[in-house]
Amino acid sequence: MNQSHEIAIEIGGMPILLRTQDGSFRELLASRYAGFVGSSLHPKFEFDVDLVPPSAEMDSDEDVHVEMQEGEWRLRRGDFRARWDPRAGRGRIRQSANPYSIDSVLRIVHTLILAREGGFLLHAASAVRSGRAFLFSGISGAGKTTISRLAPADVILLTDETSYVRHARHGYRACGTPFAGELARMGENCSAPIRTVFLLEKGPENKIEPVDTAEAVRSLLRNILFFAEDTELVKMIFRSACEFVDRVPVQRLTFTPDKRVWDMIR
Amino acid sequence: MSDKYIARSTAIAARMLGGEMMVMSAVDSTFFTLNEVATAIWQAADGRTPLSEIVARRVCSEFEVEPEVACRDAEQFVDELSQHGILLVSDRPLDNLSSSPVEAP
Repeated sequence: MNQSHEIAIEIGGMPILLRTQDGSFRELLASRYAGFVGSSLHPKFEFDVDLVPPSAEMDSDEDVHVEMQEGEWRLRRGDFRARWDPRAGRGRIRQSANPYSIDSVLRIVHTLILAREGGFLLHAASAVRSGRAFLFSGISGAGKTTISRLAPADVILLTDETSYVRHARHGYRACGTPFAGELARMGENCSAPIRTVFLLEKGPENKIEPVDTAEAVRSLLRNILFFAEDTELVKMIFRSACEFVDRVPVQRLTFTPDKRVWDMIR
Repeated sequence: MSDKYIARSTAIAARMLGGEMMVMSAVDSTFFTLNEVATAIWQAADGRTPLSEIVARRVCSEFEVEPEVACRDAEQFVDELSQHGILLVSDRPLDNLSSSPVEAP
């Protein structure tokens, strides 16, 4: 009889239980998501992970596709196939024994969960200083990792790559994520109310400038992670971006790679 | 201007924020910010009022613009948004459509 091994990965206060028959894969996940392993007693969602040998079928370059079919989300990419029934709270993932596929599935699942709650995942570094979170958004090369690396000791890094934004009762909170970028360092598993979002640009001097509303919404939409081919969810994301910009200051931060930039971030 | 009827697609999301009308296609995620004149046309796009009447009532009477210029600009605006499926255009009234609502800020 096969023994199943469980682990709950809790990101943004959302425990997702993963169940596998392979003990070494469970250990791999425990190591990769250390700091984000929660209690498996009350998971919000559960996934059975079927590990298959690497094969031509699971090794193509197919791009990610996410669509709703018969009440289930179907997720697929060259290296994985997954199904998730959000009502039942259950799903199944088919992949080889690698940490990257499940990492992508988790990101996609979180975007789908957050979309219905007015939140989102954002291409942004985020950090907490004096109890308030600051987000640094931009495409690759904008400086997310650089500004994270320059952070002084009193700053708690939530992520250098993918920020987790939750809609809370009195505003928005940024939560730490294990989704690391070039810094290859996991964020702290904590959260704080969001004070400001900075649109990052590298430049000859450090300065903060205002951003008009339309540009703020446009920039946010450009950097929100979203994969589903679903018009209703796209509308929700648009609404979330507008509501967020209505409540949270968005500014442009031009910076030169120097620690002094953090003097402006308080 | 030959009579055209325009209606907002249901596959869009729109919102007035910071004094600007923002519109996004839910199909291809194209994002537009509309100026005041375009917003007036957008808000009047009920599928039943001819575009010529919208321009006369909502543009020429409220903005300082020559009718010829207003018509030409309106046609251009409608063409561009219809190419992205954001506005639906017909030579007959679009009675059966329920236009997408514009959300309050």
